[in-house]
Amino acid sequence: MSATLDQPDSTTTTLVSKGAFDLDWRRVFNTGGLLALGLCFISLAGMPIGLNGRKLIEPVLSLGYLSLLWLPLVIGWTVGNQTVLEGMAATKRGPRDIVAGAAVGLIGGAGLALLILLVNNFDLRDPLVNWSPQLLEVLEFDAGDKVGRTGFGIGLWLIASTTLAAFGASLHLMPNNIRKAVIAATLTVISFAVFETFVIDVVDFLDDLIYAKRGGLKVWSSIALGVIAFTASLSGAGRQVGAYKQAYQANTGPSKRTQTTTLVLVSVALLIVIPMITGKITQELFANIGIFLLLALGLNIVVGLAGILDLGYVAFFAVGGYTTAVLTSPNRGDSWPDWFPLMPWWGALPITIVVAGVVGLFIGAPVIRMRGDYLAIVTLGFGEIIRILFLSDWLGGYFNGAQGITNVPPADFGFMEVKGTDPRAVFYLVLVFAAISIYVSWRLERSRLGRAWMAIREDESVAEAMGINTVNMKLMAFVVGAILASFSGAIFAAKVGSIFPTSFLILISIIILVVVIVGGMGNIMGVIVGAVVLIGVLGGPKQPGLLAELGQYKLLIYGALLIWMMLQRPEGLVPNARRSRELHQDEFLQDAWLKGEVDTDDEDLPEGAQA
Amino acid sequence: MNHRMLDIQNLSVTFGGLDALKDLNFHVDEGEIVGVIGPNGAGKTTFFNMISGMVSPSSGDILFEGESMVGLDPNQVTERGISRTFQNVRLFANMTILENVMVAQHCRTKQGIFGSLMNTAGFRNEEREIREHAEKVLGFFGTRLTGYRLEQPAAVLSYANRRRLEIARAMATKPRLLLLDEPVAGMNPKESAELTELIGKLRTEWGFTIVMIEHDMNVVRDVSDRVVCLDHGETLAQGSFEEVSNNPDVIEAYLGRPLEKRA
Repeated sequence: MSATLDQPDSTTTTLVSKGAFDLDWRRVFNTGGLLALGLCFISLAGMPIGLNGRKLIEPVLSLGYLSLLWLPLVIGWTVGNQTVLEGMAATKRGPRDIVAGAAVGLIGGAGLALLILLVNNFDLRDPLVNWSPQLLEVLEFDAGDKVGRTGFGIGLWLIASTTLAAFGASLHLMPNNIRKAVIAATLTVISFAVFETFVIDVVDFLDDLIYAKRGGLKVWSSIALGVIAFTASLSGAGRQVGAYKQAYQANTGPSKRTQTTTLVLVSVALLIVIPMITGKITQELFANIGIFLLLALGLNIVVGLAGILDLGYVAFFAVGGYTTAVLTSPNRGDSWPDWFPLMPWWGALPITIVVAGVVGLFIGAPVIRMRGDYLAIVTLGFGEIIRILFLSDWLGGYFNGAQGITNVPPADFGFMEVKGTDPRAVFYLVLVFAAISIYVSWRLERSRLGRAWMAIREDESVAEAMGINTVNMKLMAFVVGAILASFSGAIFAAKVGSIFPTSFLILISIIILVVVIVGGMGNIMGVIVGAVVLIGVLGGPKQPGLLAELGQYKLLIYGALLIWMMLQRPEGLVPNARRSRELHQDEFLQDAWLKGEVDTDDEDLPEGAQA
Repeated sequence: MNHRMLDIQNLSVTFGGLDALKDLNFHVDEGEIVGVIGPNGAGKTTFFNMISGMVSPSSGDILFEGESMVGLDPNQVTERGISRTFQNVRLFANMTILENVMVAQHCRTKQGIFGSLMNTAGFRNEEREIREHAEKVLGFFGTRLTGYRLEQPAAVLSYANRRRLEIARAMATKPRLLLLDEPVAGMNPKESAELTELIGKLRTEWGFTIVMIEHDMNVVRDVSDRVVCLDHGETLAQGSFEEVSNNPDVIEAYLGRPLEKRA
């Protein structure tokens, strides 16, 4: 997809050798400075202290140290990145890369060393909360009161940072398969350590086998895991999967339909079976992922397909939740007339859908005539207005203001009762609605409406000139999105059993938007991956993910991730082909040109011409 | 042949203090090809924007088949049967060539959410018809826009092919009146000669009435029944190509006044 290749494999590229110290020093200093800033920032944000209690590899490594140590490794790798263009000269890989990495690491380590010295000698605790003896203790490797502990800490950081960055850079020198194996081994060990609760929840007996008593992998088991992953990768386990994937993608014949159906059926079967064999923690996690996935799928239609940047999407989540609560809970406000019915959850669902659709229409009608940034700001406002209405005294008789509506009964289906204490049932219900949402997105994208939305996203004025009623079409996307969000709200009400205005903060809108963007806007698979990765690992605004320890740093990581994605991969983890073309149009055209696909001559194509 | 299709009466538009169009009277009969010429800034594109509803006039009226188009949204104008192309080609660059033409049939089709979700027989039939019509329209330009190109994004097309696709997209809205804004701009002589021929066919084979802004006088001469010259928002001359091209005012607007006449 890109015209640049990291590994020069083209015959038109010439390789130039350079001496080991013939570096682009400017770049080295810039990157090193960046590393130093990053390390100091993470330290002062308090991550090493806050996360030190969580052991990853007992007793060697804690999450706190990992929060610092990953940085030199990654930055060491990036400093060796070079853009190799077709037909241009490139520098040959060699010791030079390692020297650059080591230099960057040394500068970064020096930055952290400077921080240690400063914390030792000055007191800036007033503005910087984490400028504390605790930070010093962690940074000096718990050396206690020993003489020379500062020197010990500084020295160790210099060595660690330099070594890791040099190692990161040296990944460039390794043959492809070795590099993949090394990365696989590292990631496996870290995943097993980080996702300890999850692993134990799924496979109980591993607890005593590979994990230490007080948490964290045992040293020998981490080595074993690394070795297993390394050999598995070398022996080509990944390649087999890759080959299947390629064969599936290359298949355009009629058998693709059967393959897709099988794939979907197998995934659904797995999703039904897995929660049966896992513990509560995993089920709860699945349920949370599902609720946010539902929201993200709805927002994906609004933002990803129709290009309407809706920052107040949480409003429809709230409407769904409150409507269900009002219709099912005896504890709803006192002002409702007596004839106003109380009904079971499934009876309330159709009404919830209608109400959400109508609210979507009412909010959408004035908003939708605006374009771009204006629209985003107004939707942001409406998102807050809805929440404040639920909170207000004015409607207090109906929605109980800040007290919220409690005692929302579980959704009773006879064979299954969906309630908070049974996350598995919640997950199954979510699964049904996620399937509906996915089907809706999938059908709409490939219909007359989907095409009209795409055209509006590309160029609204031209779409209008080509006969598309842009206002109606955008409104339709808005309402479909509102209805999908209300599903999620209805399930949320039954799951939590009570509904408060604080459950619907604007933060939810933002988090869902991040899920959609990071996953891959406009791509259903991308949205699923985004929800699993972000909500599953980091957690929702209030719901813990696998890394529950991150707690207060969750939003920091969300923000950092979003920025990184925007810089490096704006199309998302699983990109929509069309969207990535939009974002990388120059490169795409270059590629098409290299492959001879761009039409340069205007002669009629010869009969039967194929690309 | 003399049925009056488009009738523009005393049309004016001002942008701030600038009179982009002043008291313009203009008509198009059914089956005509009218060429609109004039120096840069004469108001030709504003004229098109006004007919297609993208700009509303300050005064005057636009009658299409006896119905006023003033105050209608662009999509409503397109629905009534007027379609246009843009001077600075504005395709949906990331949609495929086929989709570009399919989406233009939006106002001629009606399947909504229900049909799409249920995949009803009506939905499938309509999708098939949309696709067939799109392929038919694209086929009008030979094999350039068909075959494997159907599934390629519009962005990979050459400049001339983008212009062709724009025309195809406008044709797909099933208009009666086609407004072409500089259809051969940027094409080489061979290509523009070919397109000139196609524009003629648009009338004979597809039955479109055409108003065309064009700077290439060969093209204007070859296809236009009638030529209108605009300058500073006013009609300078109307009539056959010969009449207009020999009109001293027109020559002056393009070339300036001869030296000895200057005061």
